[in-house]
Amino acid sequence: MTSQAAFRTALLDAAQPVPPGLTDGKGRPAGRRYAVYRNNVAVSLREALATGFPAVEKLIGAENFAHVAGVFLRSAPPVSPLMMHYGAGFPEFLAGFKALGHIQYLAEVARLELALRRSYHAADAPVADPAILQSLDEEALMAAHMTLAPAVEVVRSPWPLWSIYTFTMTPGAPKPEARTEDVIILRAEFDPEPHLLPAGGAAFITALSNGAPFGEAVDAAGDAFDLGATLSLLLQGGAITDISIQRTDP
Amino acid sequence: MFDHNSSLPPLPGVGYKPQHFAQIMEDAGPVGWLEIHAENYMGDGGRPIAQLRALAERFPISVHGVGLSIGGETRLDPDHLARLKHLVGWLSPASFSEHLAWSTHDAHFLNDLLPLPYTDATLQRVADHIDEVQEVLGRRMLLENPSSYLAFAESTWSETDFLAELVKRTGCGLLLDVNNVFVSATNLGYAPQGYIDAFPIDAVGEIHLGGHDEDEDDHGLPLLIDSHGREVADPVWALLEHTLQRTGPRPLLIEWDTDVPEWPVLADEARRADKALARVAA
Repeated sequence: MTSQAAFRTALLDAAQPVPPGLTDGKGRPAGRRYAVYRNNVAVSLREALATGFPAVEKLIGAENFAHVAGVFLRSAPPVSPLMMHYGAGFPEFLAGFKALGHIQYLAEVARLELALRRSYHAADAPVADPAILQSLDEEALMAAHMTLAPAVEVVRSPWPLWSIYTFTMTPGAPKPEARTEDVIILRAEFDPEPHLLPAGGAAFITALSNGAPFGEAVDAAGDAFDLGATLSLLLQGGAITDISIQRTDP
Repeated sequence: MFDHNSSLPPLPGVGYKPQHFAQIMEDAGPVGWLEIHAENYMGDGGRPIAQLRALAERFPISVHGVGLSIGGETRLDPDHLARLKHLVGWLSPASFSEHLAWSTHDAHFLNDLLPLPYTDATLQRVADHIDEVQEVLGRRMLLENPSSYLAFAESTWSETDFLAELVKRTGCGLLLDVNNVFVSATNLGYAPQGYIDAFPIDAVGEIHLGGHDEDEDDHGLPLLIDSHGREVADPVWALLEHTLQRTGPRPLLIEWDTDVPEWPVLADEARRADKALARVAA
């Protein structure tokens, strides 16, 4: 009997012999016929990773990527048939991959690409009418709660992450400068776009997402916070799906 | 217990690829229905779901699962069944189909359709799983014959008898992949026409066609790979003619999943399928 456990183990480990009990139809050992399945599994998973992490692939080259992906897929095969989620552990894996230790920001780029993919598949939500914001007096605005679209993602980074990503993916983009950058992903319709967040923007948005009212979120964003730039970014990207005014008695 | 076979029209269909969306919506040519891979439409929203909603307003849709692992040794993944139920629930597709294969073991999904030994034990397990799927989805499903690169020494059933017995036990229908028949027959050394003649033809609710690649085994014998990356081969078209003689017109799908061509190339394949259907209808 050829168990699925034995079949599966040898699939991901080419050093293992072909499981017994498999033949070519004439009773001879299956031999390289089994390798068709090995190849199908490895190629399909590698291609799924290449599709999901194009910037990582560009940064290290297709050959290196194929090698790294091959090691990753053997240590972490998918845990779900939804390939749209495959590679959630790839950034952490890259961070610990010694041979690529000299490209310290590689895992950060992978984190951004994962967030782009989550955004692509996130639920749709109708955008709130921005006129509501203008209709509020200052007190009402400070007390307002805002709900952000499910497709909004914030990635904070100790690297110039937005510049590195843009430089990698967009021909002619300027070279990254040495600084830290926070990125927000906005999906105005169907295509997620990474944007550079102004100073304090990430703290502001994180506070809003955690349910803080507008005023508290502004406080959380610190002194250098550029409210105008952050707000116009959110509005242009259709990021705000609800503005609720809960007046509490003093 | 469930609707008979499927409500797909006996016309050419194609495996839907997002890059063809605009052209399909503008002029689908001979294409009368579309097939999607269930797992690609299990996200929460965004473009995939929006495109599927738009397509479903214009075309009958066949939902083709590639991740349920119906032949798995362990129980079906209840989360995945629930996702299928959700998709089939809101989409109300004309057909739902899956494979006689396994792909998940020990919670690891291997992203390939892996082969099964045809034994009494496998038969019972697959029949139980089909019962469960049909129960949960509340509809009859179609089961697709695999493409095989090897055989199991322990098998005691022929594939066609195995499939016929599954139909008898579960009431499921069958998806007859003619390219898979040609690939398996070549790889395992039997006559493809004989397979078609032994196939439980009344249960066929849909036919698949796709392209394959050619390789060799350790003994220099042909080893065909079911790659879905090119035009349907001429001997497969010939085997289709033989098949349609038995089945009459059936929903007929062109699958092209890797190195996906421009729309006109795929539409030409669908046109060829349309002519094959017209010949048998006449």
